[in-house]
Amino acid sequence: MAQKKQPKIPLLEARGITKSFGDFTANDAVNFTLEQGTIHALLGENGAGKSTFVKMLYGVLSPDQGQFIWDGKAASIASPKAARAMGIAMVFQHFSLFPALSVAENIALALDDAPSLKDLSVRIREASERWGLAIDPDRPVGDLSVGEQQRVEILRCLLQDPKLLIMDEPTSVLTPQESERLFDVLRRLAKEGCAVLYISHKLDEIMALTSKATILRGGKNVGDVTPAKSSTRAMAELMVGEKVDWIERQTNGANTKAPVVFSVSQLSRPADTAFATALKSISFDVHEGEILGIAGISGNGQDELTEALTGEWLCPDANQISFQSQPIGRFTPHARRRLAIEMVPEERNGHAAVTDMTLVENTFLTHFERVTEDGFINKMQGHPALCEEITASIIKNHDVRTPHHNPMARQLSGGNLQKFIMGRSLITAPRLMIVAQPTWGVDVGAATMIRRNLLALADQGCGIILISQDLEEIFSLSTRIAVLNAGHLSPPQSAIDLTAEDVGLLMGGARASQTHAPSAFEGEQA
Amino acid sequence: MIKLSPRTNPSPWLSVLSPVIAIIATLVMGALIFTLLGYNAGESLYQFFISPLSRLDRISDLVVKACPLIIIALGLVFCYRANIWNIGAEGQFILGALAAGAFALQFPDTTSPLLLPMMVLVAMIAGAAWAAIAALCKTLFNANEILVTLMLSYVAALLIDVMVRGPLRDPMAFGFPLTPMYPDAGLITRMPIPGVGYLGQLHYGVLIAFILAPIAWWLMHRTLPGFQVRVIGSAPRAGRFAGFSSVRTTIGVLLFSGAMAGLAGMIEVSANIGQLQPNVSFGYGFTAIIVAFLARLNPLGVIAAGLLIAMAELGGDNAQIALGIPKVVTGLFKGILLFFLLAGATLQHYKIEWASRKARS
Repeated sequence: MAQKKQPKIPLLEARGITKSFGDFTANDAVNFTLEQGTIHALLGENGAGKSTFVKMLYGVLSPDQGQFIWDGKAASIASPKAARAMGIAMVFQHFSLFPALSVAENIALALDDAPSLKDLSVRIREASERWGLAIDPDRPVGDLSVGEQQRVEILRCLLQDPKLLIMDEPTSVLTPQESERLFDVLRRLAKEGCAVLYISHKLDEIMALTSKATILRGGKNVGDVTPAKSSTRAMAELMVGEKVDWIERQTNGANTKAPVVFSVSQLSRPADTAFATALKSISFDVHEGEILGIAGISGNGQDELTEALTGEWLCPDANQISFQSQPIGRFTPHARRRLAIEMVPEERNGHAAVTDMTLVENTFLTHFERVTEDGFINKMQGHPALCEEITASIIKNHDVRTPHHNPMARQLSGGNLQKFIMGRSLITAPRLMIVAQPTWGVDVGAATMIRRNLLALADQGCGIILISQDLEEIFSLSTRIAVLNAGHLSPPQSAIDLTAEDVGLLMGGARASQTHAPSAFEGEQA
Repeated sequence: MIKLSPRTNPSPWLSVLSPVIAIIATLVMGALIFTLLGYNAGESLYQFFISPLSRLDRISDLVVKACPLIIIALGLVFCYRANIWNIGAEGQFILGALAAGAFALQFPDTTSPLLLPMMVLVAMIAGAAWAAIAALCKTLFNANEILVTLMLSYVAALLIDVMVRGPLRDPMAFGFPLTPMYPDAGLITRMPIPGVGYLGQLHYGVLIAFILAPIAWWLMHRTLPGFQVRVIGSAPRAGRFAGFSSVRTTIGVLLFSGAMAGLAGMIEVSANIGQLQPNVSFGYGFTAIIVAFLARLNPLGVIAAGLLIAMAELGGDNAQIALGIPKVVTGLFKGILLFFLLAGATLQHYKIEWASRKARS
């Protein structure tokens, strides 16, 4: 692979890399050093700036400030093609292969200077034997498992003789056995001199695999640690920070005496697609007037759980979800709304609201049953104009700033649209509210208002399920907290008894009691 | 590299100006092409744009020609709004015509006024049934409806051919592949215009087209099913979130558009032909796709778009007859017209940017 150099010169150095999107600083003067032939972890929560950093390294984005030093020389990486020419290869988390084409054809498409298919097949065969990545170059990609497809992506990278291989959350699509095999390959690669930059939030994997780890938080490099000399607990602390210590925490203890309003039992859901997460036997209760916070890093089953709770995905067994003791696992979303269950999914555009429709139409989207009279014909004749008054009062009560009285949803800023969506649910006086990431991408004023609304709603006795990646939000609102990791939900615990590190460890897939992680797969156990 | 980026606030002026600019651009481009090919540009453009409107009976021909296009396109608008790509209205049209004809021919001597409404019903059911095949394939097996509906069009064309040459053939037709004439009770009669009298082939069927358009608009914008179609087409995930079933919507819009195409087929034969023959459609089902898009998927716009396309078709025929312009050239001209109209519609919402490639390595 990489030619032998004096080990003194680091392969890659990043000096003061800064990148902003509008007001948001995704990377803030990041310094970073990557030695040749090492496996180096890049660790952080969602939004910590991992993706932005790697995109700049691979030439997809260019930094506003700062400099990359590659092999001792200043380098500007203008495009992915330039990155590949320098010897940087990347396996994306969501790879895009053409299922109808063969392995060799797919690789040929991705190479900048592809040889003939025949020569390429020979080279793929050689490489796959050499690295133990068994793959038949003539097979159509559509017949391959996801793990095998990832091998195709890795082989594509290896054929370019990279000096640095970037892997973005590679094990999220693999079984534990496949992960183990991948680690063997990565270790061999490192031994032969190719550095690996391994992006992950799974603490145990990082312990088992990497020799160094850089931890990003809020766009800053908050620490370079040597996992062998550190612990998962210490890394979790760096990852989530002390930020949760100073915020105002929910002081009401969990009132588990209040009647249970909603309960989920033994909810499992197979993964629909390769990139989905299977839910594994999730159970929890929600009491009246409590806010149950479900923390976790995105992609650990949040979308799948939200869909099951809202009714967009129906449980195989109606008893898996019950509301006020009534089994509702097979109720559609609007049947659940009829029972005074309201939901606010994470994605505003195209999920909670139709961007190309007016606010009145978007009110009608979840209110159509409420504003039409009974009877099939009356229901069928329902139309959005019936929601004009309700919409006006939502806009007024929730301080939704609109350019005119009935704009398209896409004309509203994120914060205003979210206030509208929350208001649309609150106006129905729900008995159970399911909210996912309610303040994601929302300005501070709107976020404060939304959080205050949720607390007030709980005070009125409504049970609330808050699914969020934002630990600050989880701690400031929740009475009890559970953590979703790889499709498992940890048992809900009283928020007062939990520390940020406990939650950080659970998010990283370790158990709260653990300090050292001998196995890479604790979090993956089925 | 050319890049289209959405305009942040499209100017209302543009929506008025864009069709005007498109037509001017078409005229300029058309004049250029006709001149280069050695035809009198002014005369050619006259044949295309003015002659179809120059006499009352020609206008009535225009309306008659537009009638099936409008009815089919009204159904297609619902499909396309729901992101269901029914490309096979041609087949559903043929099935409607065939079923209504086969039904009418069972009662050669009837004078019952019920025959015509029954034929309408039969045609709509047959068209819907043909589309239902695609709906079932899509919802049960996730088969691509574009392919299924398109291929079923060819099956339909062969089916009517077999029926007309076989079981339905008129024994008195001297071996021609024709059915007997429908009984009079099964024909749609010509419609007199008060004070003018009969005009060309103008028939009562065109009334149906003009009545259906506002009804379709009402259905789309003032009822829950119409709302579902719009939501599911625009944001399928929001549709699921609301609790709308995309399966039921898929089936619904396909059945509806099939029924409309079937109705158009029945009207076309009963009003203009009077009997079944191997060819009953002349590509109405395909042309209606263009009509639906030209109308920006708005049921009221379908009337204008249907008339415009009918004008281009008739103008093309006129130019062929009067000036001997070959069919391929008239086809080309129609293509130019559509190109500019659709480009205008696109540029109304998007602006062109010339993105320079960053290819420093």
